[in-house]
Amino acid sequence: MAAYILKRLLALVPVLLGLTLIVFLIMAAIPGDPATAILGSYATPENVERLNQQLGLNRPLPEQYLLWLGNLLEGDFGRSYSLNRPVLDEVLERFSATLILAGSALILASIFGLLAGIVSAVRQFGWTDRIVTFFVLIGLSTPSFFLGLLLILVFAVNLGLLPASGMYAIYGGGDLPDLLRHLLLPAVTLAVVATGVIARLTRTAMLEVLRQDYIRTARAKGLSERRVVYLHAAKAALVAVVPVIGIQAGFVLGGAVYIETVFQWPGIGAMLVKAISTRDILLVQGGVLVVAASYVLFNLAADVAQSSLDPRLRR
Amino acid sequence: MRCAKHLFPMAAAAMMVLAYPSESAAQTPPNVLIVGQIAEPQSLDPHAVTAVNDFRILMNVYDGLVRYADGTLEVEPALAESWEVSEDGLTYRFELRDGVTFHDGAPLNAEAVKFNFDRMLDEEHPYHDTGPFPLSFFFSAIENVEAVDELTVEFTLSEPYAPFLSNLAYPTGLIVSPAAVEQHGEDFGRNPSGTGAYRFEEWASNQRVVVTRNEDYWGGAPELEAVVFRPITDANTRVAEMLSGGLDLMVEVPPDAMNDFRQADDFQVYEQAGPHLWFLILNMREGPFTEKAARQAVNYAIDKQTLVEDVLQGTADVASGPIAPAFAWAYNEELEPYPYDPERARQLLEEAGYEGDTVTFYVTEGGSGMLDPVAMGTAIQADLAEVGMNVEIETYEWNTFLDRVNPGLEGKADMAEMAWMTNDPDTLPFLTLRTEAFPESGGFNSGYYSNEEVDELLNQARASTDPEERAELYRQMQEIVYEDAPWAFIANWKQGAVTTAAVQNFGLQPSFFLMLHDVTKQ
Repeated sequence: MAAYILKRLLALVPVLLGLTLIVFLIMAAIPGDPATAILGSYATPENVERLNQQLGLNRPLPEQYLLWLGNLLEGDFGRSYSLNRPVLDEVLERFSATLILAGSALILASIFGLLAGIVSAVRQFGWTDRIVTFFVLIGLSTPSFFLGLLLILVFAVNLGLLPASGMYAIYGGGDLPDLLRHLLLPAVTLAVVATGVIARLTRTAMLEVLRQDYIRTARAKGLSERRVVYLHAAKAALVAVVPVIGIQAGFVLGGAVYIETVFQWPGIGAMLVKAISTRDILLVQGGVLVVAASYVLFNLAADVAQSSLDPRLRR
Repeated sequence: MRCAKHLFPMAAAAMMVLAYPSESAAQTPPNVLIVGQIAEPQSLDPHAVTAVNDFRILMNVYDGLVRYADGTLEVEPALAESWEVSEDGLTYRFELRDGVTFHDGAPLNAEAVKFNFDRMLDEEHPYHDTGPFPLSFFFSAIENVEAVDELTVEFTLSEPYAPFLSNLAYPTGLIVSPAAVEQHGEDFGRNPSGTGAYRFEEWASNQRVVVTRNEDYWGGAPELEAVVFRPITDANTRVAEMLSGGLDLMVEVPPDAMNDFRQADDFQVYEQAGPHLWFLILNMREGPFTEKAARQAVNYAIDKQTLVEDVLQGTADVASGPIAPAFAWAYNEELEPYPYDPERARQLLEEAGYEGDTVTFYVTEGGSGMLDPVAMGTAIQADLAEVGMNVEIETYEWNTFLDRVNPGLEGKADMAEMAWMTNDPDTLPFLTLRTEAFPESGGFNSGYYSNEEVDELLNQARASTDPEERAELYRQMQEIVYEDAPWAFIANWKQGAVTTAAVQNFGLQPSFFLMLHDVTKQ
C-alpha cells in the first residue's frame, strides 16, 4: 500500500509541472497584460513599458517561466503584484479558508447524502422515498449562487439569525463559535448539490446490494432489520459511493468559487477569479498549483479509502 | 430511519445554538464606522495604487501638500500652508505646516517631501525598488525637488504644467513617512504611516482594514474612534450586509438597490456627480464618421435621457461635452446636451450620404467606470437602428477590449464605448483629443480627431498659470469639440452611497474620494 501511495505521489510531479506550463501559456496568450490591467485608462504604450520593466515582465517568456520554476524549487512562489505581498502567504491563507468551507460542505453532504440514499432505498417507492427524491432533485437543480442569496435573505436579512457574509465577525469574535456561525450558511449552500449526487448514488448502490443473496441470508438468520441495513448492506454500498465522494470533493472545491463570492468567504476560488482578471500570473500559478495538488490528493485519499473498505481491491 | 429521526432535531438544535449570540450580526459597535468596500485594497502605499477603492482608505490615513476643498475639485492648502508659482510656471515653492508629525512619530519636513517624490521618480533612489509606481507619470514634469530649509520645499518643472497642483491633491501626491518606508521596504504598503486623520491599525487580509483616530491630527482629532473597511466584492451581498446591519456605510450601491434604500427610513442615500464621462469614440479616419454630419446625427439619435433614467436608473446625468460638470471652474455652462431628435438625425445622415453601411460597434462586458456597458450598447444600437443606421455589436472582456481600442479603431471598428474618470480637466482631452495623441504617437486618440485650434487651446491651457485664463481656454475648447462631435457624449456618472440613519456629517465628494474626518455616529 505504501509503495502504491508513493508511486501516485510521484506521478503528481509531472502532472503539476505540465499544468503550470499550460496555465502560464494560457495567461500569456490571453489579451491584456498586468501593466494594462493596473494602469487601466492610463495604459499608454510608454507607461505600460515602464511598468512592465519595473515588474520584470519585459523578459522573454521562456526565461520568465524558468525563472519562476527555479524560484519555486527554492520554495519562493514570488510576489503578487496585484496584492503587494508574497504569493505563498496569500495562497495558504486563502486555501485554508476554502478547505474549511469545502471540508465542512463535504462532511455535511456525505452524512445527509448517505442517510437520504439509504432511507429512500429501504423505502423504495414509498412516500419517504418520493419525498426524499423530490428534495434531492430540487437540490440538484438549484443554482447554488441563487440558493446562497436566498439563504442570506431569509436567515441574515429577515430573521437576523446569522451573519450575511465574511468568515469572522468584524469586531470581536474570531473564536470557533464565531467561525461556525459564519460557516453555516455557505457550507449548507455548497453541500446541497453534492448531497443530491451522493444520495442518488447511495440509493442505487443500496438497492443493488439489498437484492443480493447474503442479505437474504442475514435476514433469514433473524438479524434485526437495522443491523441488516446499516451493517451488512450499507457497508457494501459504501464501496461504490466512496470514490464518488472523492470526485465530489473536486466539484465542491470548484463550486466554492461561486459560494465564496456570494458569501464573501475569503477562499482561493474568489482569489483566482480576481487574479485572472488582473492578469496576476504569479498568483494564478500559485493558486492553481495548490488547488490541483489537493484535487489529486483527494482522489488518492478516496482510492485508498475504497481499497481499505473492499478487501478485493487490495493486492 | 430511526437514526435520521434523531438527526434532524439535533441539527435544528445546533443551528439555534449557533444562531443565539446574534448581536454582532445585527449591529455595528458604537462610535466605530464599518464601511462596505468593493474589493480588498491592493496596497496602502498611495504611490503604488491606481484604484478608487484604495483611495477611499488612503485619503483618511495620509495628507498631501494640497487637497480638494470640500465639495469641489478646487485645490486648497493641506500639509503646505501656502505656495508660490513662478511667473514662467516652472517653479513651485511650498511652505509646510509647522509641527506636523507622521503616525510613527517622525516629523514632516521638506526632506520628507523630497524623499516622497524622489522615491517615485528617481530610478537611482535607494527605495525606488519599493514600487512599482504606476501613476508616477502624474509627476513626470518634475525635474528636481529641493529642500530649501526645514519647512520650505521647491519643485522645478521641465515645462509649464498647469495640472501639477491638482495632481498633488490626487492620492499619488499623498505624503508617506520616509522612516516607515526605510523600515518596511517593499512591505510598506501593508505597514503604512502618514499624517492623516486616522492612523493605520490592522489589515487582516480579505477581511478588514482598521484605522483608528489620530489624537494628534493637525486638523483636529476626528470624533469616530475607528473606521473598519470591509471588502465585499459581490454587490448583492453588499446590499444584504447593509440591510442586515453589518455595515454603517456602503459605496457603489447598485442602481436598483438605490431606490429601495431611498424609500426606507433607517437609511440615508447620497449622490454626487463626479469627474467622469461615458462616451462613444467615433472613428474619423474611415467609414461613415469621417463626415461631421454623421457624427452629429449619432449625438441626436441617441435618447440619452432614457438611457440614464431607465438603463442606469438615475445613477448618471446626461453629458453635454468633453469636460464633466464636476469641474465646475472649467465647465462651459452654455453647452446644452444634444437633444434627442431622430428626425434631425435622419436628415443629417442623408446629408452625410450615409447609405446603410454596417457600423461596427465595440462594446465591453464591464470595466472601470463603464457602468452597464452591454445594456447601454444594446439601447444605443436600437436608437441608431431607429434612424436607419445598421449597427453591429462586438463584445469583448475589458482587458481584451482595451487591447483593441487603445491602439486605434482603424480597420477594426467605427465606434467604441469608453469612460474616463480624471482629476483635472486637462487630462482627458489632452490624452484623447489632440493630434499629437494619435495612438501611433502613444496617446489615446483612438478615433483620430484632429483640429488645430483644439490642439492649440489645450497646449495653451496646460502652460497657463492663471486659473481664470485656463478656464476660459477650456470653455472655448469645449465649444469646438461639441460642434465637431468626435464623440457621442452620453453620461456623467453619479456616485451613490448609503449610510444608516445613525451616521451624521457625511457627504460624498466630486473627487469620488471618501473623506471621513468629520463623520460621526450617534
